[in-house]
Amino acid sequence: MFTDHRLIAFETIIIKEVRRFMRIWTQTMLPPVITISLYFVIFGNLVGSRIGEMGGFRYMEFIVPGLIMMAVIQNSYSNVVSSFFSQKFQRSVEELLVAPIPNYVILSGFIAGGMARGLCVGFIVTLVSLFFADLPLYSPVITISVVLFTSLVFSLGGFINAVFANNFDDVSIIPTFVLTPLIYLGGVFYSIELLPPFWQLVSRLNPIFYMVNTFRYGILGTSDIDVAWAFAMLVLFAVLLFGACIWLLRRGTGIRS
Amino acid sequence: MTVAISVDKLEKTYASGVVALKGVSLEVEQGDFFALLGPNGAGKSTFIGILSTLVRRTDGDVRIFGRNVDTHVYRTKLDLGVVPQEINFSQFEKVGDIVMTQAGYYGLPRKLAAQRTEKYLKQLGLWEKRDTRSRLLSGGMKRRMMIARALVHEPRLLILDEPTAGVDIELRRSMWDFLLEINRAGTTIVLTTHYLEEAEQLCRNIAIIDEGRIIEDTSMKKLLLELDTHAYILDAEADLDLDLRHDEPGLSLRKVDSHSIEAVLSGGRDINSAIAVLDRLGIRIVSMRNKANRLEQLFLSRLRASENGGD
Repeated sequence: MFTDHRLIAFETIIIKEVRRFMRIWTQTMLPPVITISLYFVIFGNLVGSRIGEMGGFRYMEFIVPGLIMMAVIQNSYSNVVSSFFSQKFQRSVEELLVAPIPNYVILSGFIAGGMARGLCVGFIVTLVSLFFADLPLYSPVITISVVLFTSLVFSLGGFINAVFANNFDDVSIIPTFVLTPLIYLGGVFYSIELLPPFWQLVSRLNPIFYMVNTFRYGILGTSDIDVAWAFAMLVLFAVLLFGACIWLLRRGTGIRS
Repeated sequence: MTVAISVDKLEKTYASGVVALKGVSLEVEQGDFFALLGPNGAGKSTFIGILSTLVRRTDGDVRIFGRNVDTHVYRTKLDLGVVPQEINFSQFEKVGDIVMTQAGYYGLPRKLAAQRTEKYLKQLGLWEKRDTRSRLLSGGMKRRMMIARALVHEPRLLILDEPTAGVDIELRRSMWDFLLEINRAGTTIVLTTHYLEEAEQLCRNIAIIDEGRIIEDTSMKKLLLELDTHAYILDAEADLDLDLRHDEPGLSLRKVDSHSIEAVLSGGRDINSAIAVLDRLGIRIVSMRNKANRLEQLFLSRLRASENGGD
């Protein structure tokens, strides 16, 4: 009986989350697609034609996987952080907290919502990218699994941000000052082989570097890193962040007094 | 009789150091319509917050229908419906979606959730507004929507934290009728309100909380019987230029304005003795009303006694 209750509650949270980001699609779906399309045009087409090849591929083909991943990361993260924080802000999170829903179901619902938006935007951006480049899809299994894990990890990150956020500034600080630099320095636009050894080492400390390169490997079959190691890191991050989120929910941090 | 709420030595100290509850013990019987009264900051909302798990208690034991809220989390939550004091729904969602979503949180299958949503939105006069964004509702409609939302899973215990605040008198009375109806159907109701007339009209039992302590826990009937002073305002037919002096014990008369007299009765005197005295004085009374709500007089006297450290 309780299993049914939990499934219905989980489904309800997902429906609510998807309904939310579809309702405000001009804020959630359209801007990232336009922004990434501009990257394709400016960096891929205009600048890329002067750069030539990178990693054995046309520059446009080289940056497409990173830009798709950038869209997935940013949208998975921002969906959960903005949705959960706005529910805290409007106190509608209380609807969830008084209901007989276990913490892991609440968390899974929000995470699934974040992944849904990240994957939707990623899919649209992938379709747009096909106007600019051919994507050979070297390994569909690696491509799909890395994109799923990445959206999972950043949805969990967004949830932790939302739990600690006390105002709207707190919601935008991490994406602006942490996430964006990590993405840009995570090998989206270049191969780390171009960097001096010290900066190659620094780049390897950036978790996004592993995600971008693994995804690039799944599509193009080329990577700066060991794919198995990258997957191990992704799974480790997912487990640690999930555990942290459950611990925060159990403590009631930011949501119960 | 089964006990719907059993609270023992409940304590709450917030992180800020504010002590909101100081050993509150209370029982509410199943099927009761129970009033929890107290001034602002007395601890009412903290008490309700603890029952609904939104506030973590510092110490004490809480049981809902005999089940410990710590060990039977899901069952006790299923038994409970809460209408909070503050608006706590998404302002951007449609009325029907908000109620349907809440039904889903309680595990109601979609078809049943839709039936219940329709049932309660209709009963609370909001069915026509089901596709309206909630921010566009009036204050009274928002309150009623929160009641519909709390009832959608048909809880055995409904807690209402000032449900009629800011609601006009006509609507308030229709909400009273609705609440009495669901109480008669078996739902236990706990109500906090600032409208003492509301508590007097609706509730059978009452507790008064002040500074985190229960200072009165009794039946409404018993409490009102304790009131030995009644004040009335009597409206006279003609201008009052007569002398109001009299020798009737337990009756005090005072001219309020050119047409009104305040009559204070004590020692078991009833209003007939006041009217008889006024008749002897040649004053004809055409209408009368209570000077203040009876429960209000008692409430204030209990609070004053509590502040003075005695009862």
